[in-house]
Amino acid sequence: MSTKNIELEAELHEHDHDHEHHQSFITKYIFSTDHKIIAKQYLFTGIFWAFIGGLLSVVFRLQLGFPDMDLEWLRPFFGKWITINGKLDPEFYLALVTMHGTIMVFFVLTAGLSGTFSNYLIPLQIGARDMASGFINMLSYWFFFASSVVMFISFFIETGPASGGWVVYPPLSALPQAMSGSGLGMTMWLTAMALFIASTLLGGINYITTVINLRTKGMSFSRLPLTIWAFLLTAIIGLLSFPVLLAAALLLILDRSFGTSFYLAEIFINGEALPNMGGSPILYQHLFWFLGHPEVYIVLLPALGITSEVIATNSRKPIFGYRAMIGSMMGITILSFIVWAHHMFVTGMNPFLGSIFMLLTLIIAVPSAVKVFNYLTTLWKGNIVFTPAMLFSIGLVSFFISGGLTGIFLGNSAIDIQLHDTYFVVAHFHLVMGSAAFFGMMAGVYHWFPKMFGRMMDEKLGYVHFWLTFIGIYLVFFPMHYIGIAGFPRRYYSFTNFDTFSMFTDLNAFVSVAAIITFGAQIIFAFNFLYSIFKGRIAPANPWRSNTLEWTTPRNPGHGNWPGKIPEVYRWPYDYSKPGAKEDFIPQNIPYSQTPESNLPFEKDLVEKEKAEKES
Amino acid sequence: MNQAIENIEIIRDRRAMGMNPSKFIVWLFIVSIAMLFAALTSAYIVKQSGGEWLNFNLPGMFWITSIIIIVSSVTMQLALSSARADRFNRLRTYLIVTVLLGLAFLIGQYQSWKQLVELDVYFVGNPAGSFLYVLTGLHAAHIISGLIFLLIVIVSSFKLKIHSRSLIRIEICTTYWHFLGGLWLYLFMFLKLNH
Repeated sequence: MSTKNIELEAELHEHDHDHEHHQSFITKYIFSTDHKIIAKQYLFTGIFWAFIGGLLSVVFRLQLGFPDMDLEWLRPFFGKWITINGKLDPEFYLALVTMHGTIMVFFVLTAGLSGTFSNYLIPLQIGARDMASGFINMLSYWFFFASSVVMFISFFIETGPASGGWVVYPPLSALPQAMSGSGLGMTMWLTAMALFIASTLLGGINYITTVINLRTKGMSFSRLPLTIWAFLLTAIIGLLSFPVLLAAALLLILDRSFGTSFYLAEIFINGEALPNMGGSPILYQHLFWFLGHPEVYIVLLPALGITSEVIATNSRKPIFGYRAMIGSMMGITILSFIVWAHHMFVTGMNPFLGSIFMLLTLIIAVPSAVKVFNYLTTLWKGNIVFTPAMLFSIGLVSFFISGGLTGIFLGNSAIDIQLHDTYFVVAHFHLVMGSAAFFGMMAGVYHWFPKMFGRMMDEKLGYVHFWLTFIGIYLVFFPMHYIGIAGFPRRYYSFTNFDTFSMFTDLNAFVSVAAIITFGAQIIFAFNFLYSIFKGRIAPANPWRSNTLEWTTPRNPGHGNWPGKIPEVYRWPYDYSKPGAKEDFIPQNIPYSQTPESNLPFEKDLVEKEKAEKES
Repeated sequence: MNQAIENIEIIRDRRAMGMNPSKFIVWLFIVSIAMLFAALTSAYIVKQSGGEWLNFNLPGMFWITSIIIIVSSVTMQLALSSARADRFNRLRTYLIVTVLLGLAFLIGQYQSWKQLVELDVYFVGNPAGSFLYVLTGLHAAHIISGLIFLLIVIVSSFKLKIHSRSLIRIEICTTYWHFLGGLWLYLFMFLKLNH
C-alpha cells in the first residue's frame, strides 16, 4: 500500500511540475504534446498544402484551357520551366500533375483532415484528458513536417520534382534516366513518403489506442459519436494498408538505387539494354493499390463522420440509422481491402479475376447508398439550421451521390476498357473523393472553429465561400465527364495535338475559368479563417447547441481539457428534439434521472440503473 | 490543493479502462510490422507465380539461427518471470543472455548471406534471391530495434526500475521479442514451403 502511495505521489509531483512550470513558446506551441495544439499544427500545415496544391492545378489548367497563352509572367516563379516561347515545359506539366495529386491525397486530405480532426476531436468527444501518448502524437506531427519539408524542397531542385503521376508506377519511376522527374525528385518523393507513412502509422496507432482505452465512464461503443467511429475505422484502415505502401516503396527504392529487379525486366532505354531480369511492374501496382484503394476511404471516412455529426446537429434530429451508419462504415472498411484490382482491369488481368473484383467493387455501392439514404432521412423534416458547416455537409452528400454514380460505371471491368485513364476517371474521383472529402474538412473547420479558437467565423463570408465553391466544383468537374467519354486521356500535356479533341477547346477554357474562380473563393476562406482567429466574435460555450462532450469544456480548453472532473456519459449523442424535453437537445452528460419528462419507457429502467451505480 | 485533486483525476482517468495503453500501442505497432511482412511475402508469391524464378537451396544456417531465436525467447520469458519474482541477479543474467543470443542470431543471418553468395545467389539479380535478402535484412533491422529495446530494459534493471510492481517495460519488451522470434519462424517456414 505504502509503495503505491509513493508511486502516486511521485507521479503527482511530476504533474505538478508540468503545471506550475510556465511553458515556453517552444514547448507550448511548437514541440507540444497537447492534442489540441497538434491538431492545429496539422490544420495549418494542411491548409498551407491545400493552397500549394490548388495553385499547381490552376497552372496546369491554364495550359489545358488556354494552350496559346503566353505564360512568360510565370517565369519569376518557375524559371526555366517556362520555355523560351513562353510555354509551360511539358515535363514540368507532368511534375505539376504528380505533385498536385500527391499533395492533395496525402498531405491535405489524409494528414490535414485525419490529422486535424482525429487529434482534436477524439480526446474531446470521448472524454479523455489527452491522447494515449502525447509524445508519439508529437512525433507523428514532426514526421509529417519533415516529410512536408522534403517534398517542398523537391520543387526547387535542378531536375524538378517527381513526375510519374501520384501513383509513381515503375518502370518510369524506377529508372532515373527515364525522365528528368525520375531523378533526384523521385528519390525525394520516396523519402518524403516514407516519412509520411511513419507519421500516419504513429498517429493512427495513437488514435486507435485512445478510442479503445481512454473513453470516459459510460462512453460505450454504442454511445460513441459517429465522428469517433469514423476516425477509429480510418485509423484501422491506415494501420493495415500503409505498411504495404512502405513495402512497395522499399522495393522501388532498392530497384532505383541498388540495382535489384523486383519491378524491372528486359528494358531497353535509348537503345541500350538494361541488365535487369525477372521483375514485374504489375507487382508494384498490386502493392500500391492495396494501399491506394483503402486510401480513398482513409480520405473519405473522416469526412463522412464529420458530416454525420454536423447534419444531425443542424437538422435538430437524431441521426437516422445510427447502427446502420456504423455497420456501413465497417462494411466499407472491410470491402476497401478486397477491391484494389479494379484499378488494374487493363493490366492484362485474367478476365475471370476481373469479374470477381468487379462484383466486390459494386458491393461497396450498398453501404455507400445506406449512408446517403441515412443522411437524406436525417435531413427529412428536420428543423434545419443552415450554418456554413451544414451547407458544406449537404454539399458533401451531393458530391458523394453524383461522384458515386460514375463509380458504378468505372467499377465495371468491361466499360473500364473505354474509360480507363480518361478524364471520366478524373471527374469521378475529384467529385466523390476529392471534393467530398474537402467539403467534409471545410464542414469540420466551420463547425469546430469556435472550439478550436474560441471565436466564431463570419457566417456571411462562409456562405459566399460555400456557394462559389459548390457551384465552381460542379462547373469544373461535370464537363470532364464528357471529355472523358469522348476518350481524352488524363495527364496529357495538350488537347490540341489531335484534331479529334479540338472540339473541346471551348469546354476546356470554360473548365479552367471555373477552376480559377473556385480557387479564388478559397482566398475568402483563408481571410475569414485568419481574421476570425484574432478578431472573430467571441464564441458562446455551445454555439450549435450540440450534444457531444467537447462543448462541455471551457471556451478555451486548457491542458487536460476539463478543469474539474471529466464528465460522465449517460446517453447517446443524438438526443435532438426528443419529445417532451425542455430544450431541443440533451447533451450526453445529462443523466436520465434529470430528464424524467422526456424519458422513453425503456429509459426509465436506466434511471434505476444510474441510481444503483451512484450508490455503489 | 485543487491542482492536486485534478492531478489525481488525471491518473485515475488514465487507468480507468481496460488494457494498459502502452501495451496496446505495442500490439498495434506489431500489427503494422506484420502487415509489412505480409505485403512482402504476398509479393513474393505473386512474383514467383509470374515465372522466371531462380531455384536454389536455402542456406542451412537458417536452421541454426531458428534454434538460437527460439532459445532467446525462452531466456526472455525466464527474465520476465525472474522480474515477477523480484530475483534481480537472475533477471539481469537472463536479459544479457537474451541480448547475446540476439547478437548470435544476427551473426548467423550474416553467415547465411555468405552461404547464399557461395551458391551464386546475390542481392542484385533474380528477384528470388533479392527477396531472400530483403526479407532477412528487414527482419534483422527489426531484431536490431529489439536489441536496443533490450539494452534499455537492461539499463533500467540495473537501476532497479524493474521489479514485481513495475513490469510494464519488460512485459512489452517480452511481447516484442517473442513477436520477432515468431516472425522469423514464419519467414523461415514460408521460404521453406514456397521454394
